[in-house]
Amino acid sequence: MKVRRIAAIGALVAIGALTVLPAGCGGGGDEGLVVLGASSLQGALTEYAASYRGADVKPSFAGSDRLAAQIRRGAHADLFAAADTAYPARLFAEGLVDRPRLFAANSLVVAVPAGSDVSSLADLAEPGVEIAIGDAAVPVGAYTRTVLGRLPAGERRAIMANVRSEEPDVGSVIAKVAQGAADAGFVYATDARAAGGAVKTIRVPARLQPDVAYAAAVVKRGDEAAARRFLDGMIDGEGAADLRRAGFLPPP
Amino acid sequence: MRRSSPFAWIALLAALAGLAFLLVPVVAVFADTGPGRLLDALGEPAAREALWLSLRTTTIAILVVIVVGTPAAYLIAGREFRGRALVLTAIELPLVMPPAVAGIALLAAFGPRGILGDAIEGAGVELVFQTAGVVVALVFVSAPFFLRSAISSFEAVDPRLLAAARTLGAGPFRAFATVALPSARGGLASGLALAWGRALGEFGATLLFAGSLQGVTRTAPLAIFADFSEPDGFVSALALSAVLILVSAALLLAVKLLGGERDLAGGGSR
Repeated sequence: MKVRRIAAIGALVAIGALTVLPAGCGGGGDEGLVVLGASSLQGALTEYAASYRGADVKPSFAGSDRLAAQIRRGAHADLFAAADTAYPARLFAEGLVDRPRLFAANSLVVAVPAGSDVSSLADLAEPGVEIAIGDAAVPVGAYTRTVLGRLPAGERRAIMANVRSEEPDVGSVIAKVAQGAADAGFVYATDARAAGGAVKTIRVPARLQPDVAYAAAVVKRGDEAAARRFLDGMIDGEGAADLRRAGFLPPP
Repeated sequence: MRRSSPFAWIALLAALAGLAFLLVPVVAVFADTGPGRLLDALGEPAAREALWLSLRTTTIAILVVIVVGTPAAYLIAGREFRGRALVLTAIELPLVMPPAVAGIALLAAFGPRGILGDAIEGAGVELVFQTAGVVVALVFVSAPFFLRSAISSFEAVDPRLLAAARTLGAGPFRAFATVALPSARGGLASGLALAWGRALGEFGATLLFAGSLQGVTRTAPLAIFADFSEPDGFVSALALSAVLILVSAALLLAVKLLGGERDLAGGGSR
């Protein structure tokens, strides 16, 4: 019995060591370039990072608000690429990052499950349509509220009353739609495109469109030179090409 | 430790380091901001609604777990049948399943496009984005804690006592209610406390399956996650965390007092 227990503990320790060691070793001398990216950038920046030769890039994705909060709490990062200009600007004002630079633009669309009857923005106001949007703090949620704010008050209230979930990032909004859990969700055009056949896209008219501009900033006390080179490529290089391929527009 | 060998010193050092590592984050939740601001943050409607929702959903989930789980555990404990080990493994699976996997699995089963989606919709029941969906997620992740503990404490009931009760004319239900239930109550109660603790901390399955909306599906753990990124949200995230830590500590203490350590240590391995 005792031997078995010791063997079990040994096995667990071995598993723990195996999972921790590679990460630990990598972190020893050369930590790689830590790039914190907005959820919507996951596809494009993962591509860019994988093919990037200048450094061993470690991308990590979440809502821009969450990434900003992590940087504010002192998380180690070299580059912060947000889905808006407000979060990088705020960190810049706090002296945590260099001056932000615009690197892409996007637009907002409504995604509905493939085969859905919902076919226009007006349909979202119908009773019983279950809508997922981003939380107010995450850029996609803020943009969504801008769009809704430009609608007539009655329609806006009807749509807001249909909101069933305020998701932490755009990734979970599109997932809810693709799963058919939500009847509609406000996402970026690039997310709807990446979801492929699982969702159908409803355009948001130009007069309602928010200015969806993406800004990135080099984090102070990180590897600033390497981060700047990586960002250069996002503005005008391989990264920019990957962004265009994913459907992002050139920065305004 | 009579002769202080090097090993004893190393063990002591390891114990102290381990204890400090486990305790520092817990202390930090209370020390980071100070009790006054934590209490203020708890007064905010979003925080109060999250706690109230957590209290309601966990209570309902635990009641469901008790009402369905107690007779089920009694049945399994008292019977030898083919595939018993398989059944026990199935019961314990959610215990080690990553919460996100639980959420995906629930969507695949009970979501609108899940394999039972049409049947559920046909019955006029809605789970996704509803408080009822939160309860479903909580039952799924917490039931194994109760069932494990309940099965092993029913197994520990002396079968001769049950046989004696039956000889004295008690029906199966009476034997269960007057003999098995009282002898197993310690294990049942500690399983209950553990299940409650797990339900209270549930995050991933709830977010994936039920979504996150204040007052409807945003329980305390989801509110903590949402608060974290708000400009001034860190304090309210800490305040909610402090409450959850206190409640969890109380539940754990209850487990210890109820003699649940035995179940924790060797529940299913007998």
